Amino acid sequence: MADPRGFLKVKRGKSQERPAAERVADYAEFVVEPPEAELRAQASRCMDCGIPFCHQGCPLGNVIPEFNDLVYRGRMADAVRVLHSTNNFPEVTGRICPAPCEASCVLNIDNVPVTIKDVERTIARAAFDDGLGGGLAPVLAPVRTGKNIAVVGSGPAGLATAQQLARAGHDVTVLERDDRLGGLLRYGIPDFKMEKGILDLRIAQMRAEGCSFEVGVDAQGKDLLARFDAVVLCMGARIPRDLPVPGRELEGVCFAMDFLVQQNRRVAGDAALPNGEAPILATGKHVVVIGGGDTGSDCVGTSNRQRAASVSQLELMAKPPLVRMPENPWPSWPLVLRTSSSQEEGCERDFSVMTKAFVADASGKRLAKILAARAELSGGTVREVPGSEFDIPCDLALLAMGFTGAERKGLVAELGLALDARGNVVTDAAGATSVPRVFAAGDVSRGQSLVVWAIADGRRVAAGVDAHLRTSNLRATG
Amino acid sequence: MPLPGPVGLYDPQNEHDACGLGFVVDLKGGPSHRIVDMGLEILRRLAHRGAAGSDPSTGDGAGILVQIPHRYYERVLYHEGKELPLAGDYGVAQCFLSRDDIKRELQMKTLTDIVRYHNQKVIGWRDVPVDIRVVGPVARASMPVMKQLFIARMSDSHAFERTLFMIRKRAGKMCSAKGYGEDFYLPSLSSKTVVYKGLMLPEKLTDFYRDLQADDFQSRLALVHSRFSTNTFPTWERAHPYRRIAHNGEINTLRGNQNWMRARESLLASKLFEEHLPDFKPIIRPDGSDSASLDNVVDFLVAGGRSLPHVMMMLVPEAWATQADMPEHKRAFYEYHASLVEPWDGPAALVFTDGDVIGATLDRNGLRPAKYVVTKSGLVVMSSELGVLTFPPEDILEKGRLAPGKMFLVDVNQRRIVSDDEIKREVATRKPYGEWVAQNKIELAHLPDVPALFSLDREERARLWRAFGYTREDMSVLLAPMAMNGEEPTGSMGTDIALAVLSDRPVTLYRYFKQQFAQVTNPPIDPIREDLVMSLVSCVGGEGNLLEETPGQCRLLELPHPILTNGDLAKLLRSTGDFRAATLPAHFAAAGDPAEALTSALEDLQARASRAVDEGNSILVVSDRGVTAHHVPIPSLLAVAAVHHHLIREGKRVRVGLVAESGDAREVADVALLIGFGAGAVNPYLAFESITEIVQEQPPAAADKPAVDLATATKNYIYALKKGLLKVMSKMGISTIASYHGAQIFEAIGISKAVVDAYFTGTSSPLGGIGIAEIASEARQRHAEGFAPADPNRDLDVGGVYAWRATGERHLWTPSSIASLQKAVRLNDAKSYAEYASLVNDQAERPVTLRGLLDLVPAGAPVPLAEVEEARTIVHRFATGAMSFGSISKEAHENLAVAMNRIGGRSNTGEGGEDEARYLVDSRGDVRRSAIKQVASGRFGVTAHYLVNADELQIKMAQGAKPGEGGQLPGHKVDAVIARVRHSTQGVTLISPPPHHDIYSIEDLAQLIFDLKNVNPRARISVKLVSETGVGTVAAGVAKAHADVILIAGHDGGTGASPLSSIQHAGTSWELGLAEAQQVLLLNDLRSRVTLQVDGQLKTGRDVAFAALFGAEEFGFATAPLVASGCIMMRKCHLNTCPVGIATQDPLLRARFTGTPEHVVNYMFYVAEELRGIMAALGFRTVQEMVGRIECVTRREEIKHPKARSLDFARMLKTPKAGAVLHRTIEQDHGVAHVADRTLIECARPALERGERVTIGFGITNAHRTFGAMLAGEVARRFGAEGLPESCIDIEVTGTAGQSFGAFATNGMSISLEGDANDYVGKGLSGGILSVRPPASSSFVAADNVIVGNTVLYGATSGRAFFAGRAGERFGVRNSGASAVVEGTGDHGCEYMTGGVVLVLGPTGRNFGAGMSGGLAYVLDEDNAFTSRCNLGMVGVEALDSEDEARVRLLIEEHVTRTRSVRGMDLLARWSDVRARFKKVIPTEYKRVLEAQRLAALAAASAGSGGVAGAPAAAAAAVPAARPSETARHLKLVKGR
Repeated sequence: MADPRGFLKVKRGKSQERPAAERVADYAEFVVEPPEAELRAQASRCMDCGIPFCHQGCPLGNVIPEFNDLVYRGRMADAVRVLHSTNNFPEVTGRICPAPCEASCVLNIDNVPVTIKDVERTIARAAFDDGLGGGLAPVLAPVRTGKNIAVVGSGPAGLATAQQLARAGHDVTVLERDDRLGGLLRYGIPDFKMEKGILDLRIAQMRAEGCSFEVGVDAQGKDLLARFDAVVLCMGARIPRDLPVPGRELEGVCFAMDFLVQQNRRVAGDAALPNGEAPILATGKHVVVIGGGDTGSDCVGTSNRQRAASVSQLELMAKPPLVRMPENPWPSWPLVLRTSSSQEEGCERDFSVMTKAFVADASGKRLAKILAARAELSGGTVREVPGSEFDIPCDLALLAMGFTGAERKGLVAELGLALDARGNVVTDAAGATSVPRVFAAGDVSRGQSLVVWAIADGRRVAAGVDAHLRTSNLRATG
Repeated sequence: MPLPGPVGLYDPQNEHDACGLGFVVDLKGGPSHRIVDMGLEILRRLAHRGAAGSDPSTGDGAGILVQIPHRYYERVLYHEGKELPLAGDYGVAQCFLSRDDIKRELQMKTLTDIVRYHNQKVIGWRDVPVDIRVVGPVARASMPVMKQLFIARMSDSHAFERTLFMIRKRAGKMCSAKGYGEDFYLPSLSSKTVVYKGLMLPEKLTDFYRDLQADDFQSRLALVHSRFSTNTFPTWERAHPYRRIAHNGEINTLRGNQNWMRARESLLASKLFEEHLPDFKPIIRPDGSDSASLDNVVDFLVAGGRSLPHVMMMLVPEAWATQADMPEHKRAFYEYHASLVEPWDGPAALVFTDGDVIGATLDRNGLRPAKYVVTKSGLVVMSSELGVLTFPPEDILEKGRLAPGKMFLVDVNQRRIVSDDEIKREVATRKPYGEWVAQNKIELAHLPDVPALFSLDREERARLWRAFGYTREDMSVLLAPMAMNGEEPTGSMGTDIALAVLSDRPVTLYRYFKQQFAQVTNPPIDPIREDLVMSLVSCVGGEGNLLEETPGQCRLLELPHPILTNGDLAKLLRSTGDFRAATLPAHFAAAGDPAEALTSALEDLQARASRAVDEGNSILVVSDRGVTAHHVPIPSLLAVAAVHHHLIREGKRVRVGLVAESGDAREVADVALLIGFGAGAVNPYLAFESITEIVQEQPPAAADKPAVDLATATKNYIYALKKGLLKVMSKMGISTIASYHGAQIFEAIGISKAVVDAYFTGTSSPLGGIGIAEIASEARQRHAEGFAPADPNRDLDVGGVYAWRATGERHLWTPSSIASLQKAVRLNDAKSYAEYASLVNDQAERPVTLRGLLDLVPAGAPVPLAEVEEARTIVHRFATGAMSFGSISKEAHENLAVAMNRIGGRSNTGEGGEDEARYLVDSRGDVRRSAIKQVASGRFGVTAHYLVNADELQIKMAQGAKPGEGGQLPGHKVDAVIARVRHSTQGVTLISPPPHHDIYSIEDLAQLIFDLKNVNPRARISVKLVSETGVGTVAAGVAKAHADVILIAGHDGGTGASPLSSIQHAGTSWELGLAEAQQVLLLNDLRSRVTLQVDGQLKTGRDVAFAALFGAEEFGFATAPLVASGCIMMRKCHLNTCPVGIATQDPLLRARFTGTPEHVVNYMFYVAEELRGIMAALGFRTVQEMVGRIECVTRREEIKHPKARSLDFARMLKTPKAGAVLHRTIEQDHGVAHVADRTLIECARPALERGERVTIGFGITNAHRTFGAMLAGEVARRFGAEGLPESCIDIEVTGTAGQSFGAFATNGMSISLEGDANDYVGKGLSGGILSVRPPASSSFVAADNVIVGNTVLYGATSGRAFFAGRAGERFGVRNSGASAVVEGTGDHGCEYMTGGVVLVLGPTGRNFGAGMSGGLAYVLDEDNAFTSRCNLGMVGVEALDSEDEARVRLLIEEHVTRTRSVRGMDLLARWSDVRARFKKVIPTEYKRVLEAQRLAALAAASAGSGGVAGAPAAAAAAVPAARPSETARHLKLVKGR
């Protein structure tokens, strides 16, 4: 253990953030990493619990007490090794994970958890500092199996699956529909939360480990099965939940993801949008983000950076309490009001709001306001409070209400995959779908979720695919 | 006569004895009947040390050994028409024969045939007249026919005894061979002595054997013994005395001694025995008790030509290795004999005789009492207690006690006492042992240095780590603290992981074995504070013929300890000449059928071992070096044990030493197992390699933490291993590694009988388990890990044994189970409880506990839930575990107490005393008093007042987390409140000794139970044991010792800090222990007398259901109620950093405690409701109906876990007796109805009722035990801790007092005794004043004689005591506040003392002040050598300052006033001459604390805070005895100055 009395000596620190006024002027990351001494002090707060609840809190099973101790001892290289032993992309999770580990940290009983996410991010930074010559040195499989595997989709699940399978000695090809690799990591997450350079270095490591990448590919089911020994679908759950209310078709009502992707392309340096897409810009507009989740927050941050006239955010559910309620005890995820960094930058938040209609301006085509009403929960469903209607002026409404599952068209249909009631691809524990040699990992089978879960799924399914191929191999030679 | 064979979990191997013994011999007169009578009188007076089973008239056995009563035999045989030759020219065979007429005829014929075969003459048979009416029905049922055979000497008189020995041996052998040996037994066959013994109460012996009543039945000596067997089936032949010895104590190393003796048999040769030698084998009869086995060996070696004292010295040597002042010749004798035979180790008072000499000797630790009196009229009486024979005071020449390791010998023919010095010099100088040793023995250090043979690079190391199953925890939790700090790794909160046999991981073979430990029948040792008796010196090499004495027999390699570094091993392998070492590779094939591959590799290994012995190698190195992709290492333990037992079977074992070169051994438990199963030395090479890595990876050096270099780290690691080994040995009461070597003090959980029989012969394995195939597969799995393709990101396996890890070992306490339990009790949410219960209970897929593999079977039709006993009565059967205030916070402790009091259950103080404020109802109407008051070895805060405020008094013999170990509360945890409650000083470390120093055996436990029952007759007395094989036998003994409740604790419980090696590797599951206890109690018809309670990780109603069905009536919970109170299993209790305010004394952290009594109450009710549901389903309406219904438990039909499938529960689920009462129905008779104290209380009525002064006179004998304690309890009950004014009840006593004289005497009681007293005087003294002085008419020099026994003032908290004479061992042990004056002490004076003052006006023994952390001692150091006898580990010795001098003088003055001490008067008269000869012993930490207090007080005073506030602090600083009453006088003095 780091320091038995560390948690008594050192106060919980918070990672530094650039001042809101400064950061909304650019798209650079808003987090400033703490100096090493401070980080070591923070790591010393870890109590090396007999039951590390953080460790269960982490879907990846990161062995948090171990790397906290190593960071405290200044053994960064070992920390890099230990962290990578459970997590392929700590540089990602260290930035964008909501950190269920910290929520379940024993010190969070008193609301002062160890800054695990900061520690993780710093370890990842250490790995990246030395790059491919050090912490990211390619892990080469000692033996190549000669098996061909296609991984469809290069989001976190796809990349994790691909990396694990390549390291097991398989020939992996990642097929990406977009023009760049990374899926949601690339186009879904704003740069102010995660600059994209890290993705390129990670992908360089994967290439060195034997992964091939093809971008702009519209994979066809038959081709895949013909060309590869196994196919792993990691296409995400990309169908956004729509809001079928009057006025939905108006100009100025957009899906959040469309808005975010465009800005990410701009930051990436694309001069023009592909396929002649019309730009969605918040600049000078009264922006209303519908949906209180992370995507909504990203829209808030992006809108502020685009200098919107105003930004507000609506949430259907009631405002959560400021502190844990007794029926929501530690170590469960605290259902409390959180304010994201984007919300801090300027945003009106309203809760218990039901969107009843989008109302056009005089032109009849352009969105001018939202007709809303108060919502209340009764008998398990949300109902409108009678007589509570009100208007919200709005030029741009961004729908950030989550996703409803895998895209039904394309591969799902071509391969004839079974879907569950929620629209997710059905798999067994090893990731196998209803179609032989076809596996699925990440949101496509889990439904919309966190990046840690995507990586965890990727690792699990890669193991399943590997076992499947090895068994079939044995059969072939036996 | 024969014992029943194994039934269920009962195994006759687990029998123990303990007892009272003595002898009397006449130095002046001729043979007389008076001596025989005196012997019988001793027996009667020791009756309380023996025991009776369920049939009170049977007793455990008694006997007497006398010289052949020639006149008597001559007369009675003459009447039968037979003529005897002269005395000495004939032998008498005392025979126990078959009750079957035909068999008996055959037995008799065999015996007479053999007499003739050995060319002696049969004179004739005689029926021994007996009165069978005096023996109980149980004994009568097994009574043999007693006859005597008289044999005339026809050969050389010198050889006659030996011939008789040979006849006896051959007779036994022949009868067995012919199938009627079972009920053939010769208690004695000698021309000098005869033994009369049997299964009866000691006082009945005379009535039974009419011979003993005859006036002309005469002897000059009588040796007697009265038995208290912890065993369950006392038998006629197991009564003592045996042929040569009688024994009080226990041989802990028995199994090893038996194995080694058997191994030596093949090398035996003697001209004396010639062709008859085979008749004697096995030397040790396999079914004998420890005492019988020792007697077998003594008997054999004496017959082989050594003198009886010589044999006793070689088998039970005193501690010699560490005794700097031992004469050279004696040390040489012991060193030489150490190469011949390992010590028979354990607590032992042995009396022995061959008819020519009679003597006694004590084990090196002096753990059994032996006292003697010599009279002017020429009688010498030796016995367990003083006062067994009464002599006029003026006739007494000398009174003394036998010191540890010493011998007391009477030469009957020369009519004199031979001193220990003289006899040992005589024996030790018979041969030039010193020269022999010097010329032959070789020390490792003397072998030439060579470089280590191997060195590994990092990659190889990593591969081997995986191949040998190393985990990251092994590195960080086990090895790092050992290497960096030389510390043994410590943990908390017990263990909740899957048993090795239930684990899904390839568990190392070591983890299938559990260490055994001493409880009740013998004491564990304190290897730190009593290291003078411990030794790790090992000899490696080949032995010779035990019957010879030649220089070459000590040609052995001597190792200072059994751990070899890689360099040491290289040296050994390169050595030549006599020490040729051969390496035996221990690998098996990586492919092919696993069982076949491993079996054939083992056969091959064994064959090579035999060859290597034949080729003249004297050291065999069993090595798993050289692991390759195709060579899988055989688990070292298996390889070593296989070679060891193979060589024993081949008769080659003692010709070689075994060394384990082991990659898998890393922690203490591993090394202990290797040694226990035969390795003489261990080279844990991969652990050493790991240390290299740990050293490289240590954090950068800091000012306060300099970097550790490899040499230091290696030394540290070895030091930690050594320390751990000493602890493992001492846990069983074994002092030397030589005795531990091969002693197999382990049991296996989950190893099949086939594997045990083949490789671990003789080891208990109650459940069977995995076979060689599974062992091989697990080894292969690890090996495959090692040779799997490398992945640089893959770290070592996480382990997850000591802390939960998602991919690690399975635990029952997980984030989910804790979260759901806490949610359930906080929100009163039954659904969450159900979730919790199913997480714990549902082990179908992933078993963790034995009960997880079991299912419930309905007893009948289900009953409606409404008809089942209500939860509110069920919870009366619930208790919380013993957690001391000190180990957990005040808030947490009181929370449990309030909760349990609210529901009518019981909470437990733990061992830290209890604040008196808690005896009163608090402002909320709650009582914070714990119903159960624990009495543990430290006796912290155990006062009369504490004891009377209890409903139950629990004697903690062992605790699950660390059975057989003591504890330590570091000074920084002892704050003001804890110090007050524990009667100690703030900031001063408190040590709990491993043993109760008043319980070294079962009869001592009976004594403590009696003591406690006297103080508080209303409380029931409970004895806490820990589950291990044999615990049932111990429980039977405890039931016979009159405990009301027996608590069987599982190995896995425990909330305090313990060494990890103890948490993980000692003891077994409660299911096994409870089942065994229930079975053995039933078999003995003792079950109905005791309540059985169980604890150890009970978590749910289903757990309770199983516990009840296994036989428990009451149920204890510790961890779960803590979790309900907010514990989250940090397992950091030992660091004082508990973040939820439970296991901490830090006020900031305590403030975080959020538990409430409701949480605990809710938990208890949830458990009870869950139980009710189960009861309804099974068809039980009450818990009572359910207790012991073992037929309702069955093995789960479908067990998916492959290893678990191999377990066999048949023995555990056995119903031993149909139709018996399965729970308690009758009260114990504690024998306190008519004790002397009833009279005292009657006489003291004016004082008790009106506070008037009374004076009471009383005559006393050694049968008056625990004198004064019941009165003390009465005073405490009426007047609280304050008691009565000084000397309000004044008691004058004359005679020899029994044990525990003046125990717990309170303020206001003063007891003065004219005479002497036995052990435990002033135990727990609580403010009273005791004085003991010799009778006015006695003429001996009081200061030279022993006046009080061992362990005086144990756990005294306040009061004063004055003894005009010497005391035995451990005077003032754990004294925390009394002042005492004595005129000399034995060994270990003032051990573990934490307060008070002891003044010694005479000589002291060794090891004075060991573990003394507080208080003061003053010693008159006349030979100016006291410092060398003082243990300076914790104390300093200095000169007296003027304050000290005044205090000493004052004490002497009071001593003289109270005892008329001549010694005291003399010293006062010569005060100016003698004052400078006093030395002061003061603990260093205590001194520092006192100094700090003094400075603080001064500062406070000068700061103007006023003299009022400053004064108490200054007084406390000046006078260490913190209790006001007895220090008042000293205070006055200090103030006056």
